[in-house]
Amino acid sequence: MNTLDAVGDLRLTGLTKRFGSFTAVDGLDLSIPQGSFFALLGASGCGKTTTLRMVSGLEDPTAGRIFIGDTEVTTTKPYKRPVNTVFQNYALFPHLNIYDNVAFGLRRRGVKDVKKQVDDILALVELGHLAKRKPTQLSGGQQQRVAVARSLINQPQVLLLDEPLGALDLKLRRQMQIELKRIQTEVGLTFVHVTHDQEEAMTMADTIAVMNAGAIEQLGSPEELYENPATTFVANFLGQSNLVAGTVTGKEDGVVTVEAHGHRVALPAERSRVETGAVIIGVRPEKVQLAASDEEVPAGRNVLTGGVVSDASFIGVSTQYLVKMPWGQELAVFEQNTGKEIFRPGTEVALHWDASQTFGLDGSQDIEAGAEIDDEAAK
Amino acid sequence: MTTLTEAPPKASAVLGEPKKKRNLLPYILLAPGVLWLVIFFLIPIFTAVSASVQTGSLDMGFKVTWNWANYSATFSTYNTEIVHSLIYSVACTVICLVLGYPLAYFIAFRGGKWKNLLMALVIAPAFTSFLIRTIAWETILSDHGTVVRIMTDLRITNLMDHLGLITGNHVLNSPFSVVFGMVYNFLPFTVLPLYTSLEKIDPRLHEAGRDLYCSGYRTWRYVTWPLSLPGVIAGTLLTFIPAVGDYINAYMLGSPNTQVIGQVIENEALRDVFGYPIASAMGVILTFGTLAIVLAYVKKAGSEDLL
Repeated sequence: MNTLDAVGDLRLTGLTKRFGSFTAVDGLDLSIPQGSFFALLGASGCGKTTTLRMVSGLEDPTAGRIFIGDTEVTTTKPYKRPVNTVFQNYALFPHLNIYDNVAFGLRRRGVKDVKKQVDDILALVELGHLAKRKPTQLSGGQQQRVAVARSLINQPQVLLLDEPLGALDLKLRRQMQIELKRIQTEVGLTFVHVTHDQEEAMTMADTIAVMNAGAIEQLGSPEELYENPATTFVANFLGQSNLVAGTVTGKEDGVVTVEAHGHRVALPAERSRVETGAVIIGVRPEKVQLAASDEEVPAGRNVLTGGVVSDASFIGVSTQYLVKMPWGQELAVFEQNTGKEIFRPGTEVALHWDASQTFGLDGSQDIEAGAEIDDEAAK
Repeated sequence: MTTLTEAPPKASAVLGEPKKKRNLLPYILLAPGVLWLVIFFLIPIFTAVSASVQTGSLDMGFKVTWNWANYSATFSTYNTEIVHSLIYSVACTVICLVLGYPLAYFIAFRGGKWKNLLMALVIAPAFTSFLIRTIAWETILSDHGTVVRIMTDLRITNLMDHLGLITGNHVLNSPFSVVFGMVYNFLPFTVLPLYTSLEKIDPRLHEAGRDLYCSGYRTWRYVTWPLSLPGVIAGTLLTFIPAVGDYINAYMLGSPNTQVIGQVIENEALRDVFGYPIASAMGVILTFGTLAIVLAYVKKAGSEDLL
């Protein structure tokens, strides 16, 4: 069977890539359903691009196998795979105009009459009027769309996007995210998108796989990953989390109780990854509210008392607080602007939140994992 | 040239009403080059063109007589040498391209950290004089040398004799040895510009080619080759232009049967008292003939792919 006709889900089994003694990708198992928009999210050096290059055939796996549907493509030459890539810096052919760049793949496969298809795809990316220009005469965003069109026109089973928006400025990036999502919905192909930008991944993808050190930390829908992170890495890397170490003291009626720095905290058992011993409880900053020390906190909420506001930044829709806890940790609180008075730095406050919004993670992990990397990637 | 003789602006003019300030610096910087070209290029060309229609001899002096017969005489007397020059230089250029392209490609894309060293090795022979290197080949390729012995033992000379490249077991003094010497001497001039243009090609474009259904060869054909064309044009020109006028290789490594136009010009100009005009005519033909070929080639290469 011609591999170019392979149809179906993209499956990776035990995919491994070593460069000398460095393991870039470590026994990756992954199944990406046909027609989905899938994001591989991770910091630079986590192995996401290497994974992508193995799927495209530009890198040979050290071990493991790659399937598209029932057809194995592990050792298939890149030009014989039903896979196309949108490269990080687009890699448009500088000697060809936009029309010829887009027609390139079709012509190499021996398609004689390419005009209709090229015109259609250029219309899809709204670049029909620039067909005669050379790539260097286009803006970054336009080049990016040419790169997408050049790959899409071949109707690959899988379209790989390697940080395709990395070179664009913020505003343009937002615009292209929506654009790409629209194109994907329109053509219904499998998109595998590699990025270090968690917001980008969340905006576009149906399913996100968070990668760290060559392996997948967690896989799921954006909501799932955000609300129920499985590891401290995911909790810190995807958005911001308040993580506090504690010890499980009991479990009844589907509620796990935890003792953390002298406070009793409750969380739903189904959201706790451990039921005994050391635990790390977590809550997202926007779920937390502040109360003055003399204020009554409604019953049924988790409360951490004794905090002192160390920083308050008013940004309109919300106020972002940093609260120094008695045990030295700084926790983040995003309070929506409901007209409430803003707590000034130095004010003593209590943090409280709905117990059901608490998640529990295995206490043996590094509580800071993934936090520093996000800062770096955000630069 | 006028700028050189122009008087510097007077101090009073500078201090007085502000005149339109003319920046002379670019002209001053340009002047030495222009002067050089006028003295060593324009005047000689003019002299040569004028000499080519003169008659006379060294003792009697020369006079412009519009003697166009110098040109017709060149073509009738020395057509063999003109053809030799063309064939040898075209052969040399083609062989240099065929040998030099893979070499430049390898260094540019596979050279890694050795790139600069490898390029230095390509240029290294140029540290010795052109003449000395050519004389060295005369020794290396001589009939009793090791090279010819091995070639004879392996029956390579036999084969080349059949192809008409050499006569018997004598490698030297043949069209082969002349073109061989030229290729050896001019190869760096092909490789350097090729390397420069290949080295500039983003390797990711190769990956894009492979991603878009190109095998290794087709990636080269549709991506690398068109992008390296400026290097190909520059390299072949830098080889062809000196090669077509070269006579050292034909003189050292060739025989009377492999004479090229450069040798004839030298003979006419230096060894014949009446030879100046005809030598000039040949020089003019060589110069403008080369120019015409180069212009046609660049026009063709610029408008479409060479293959």
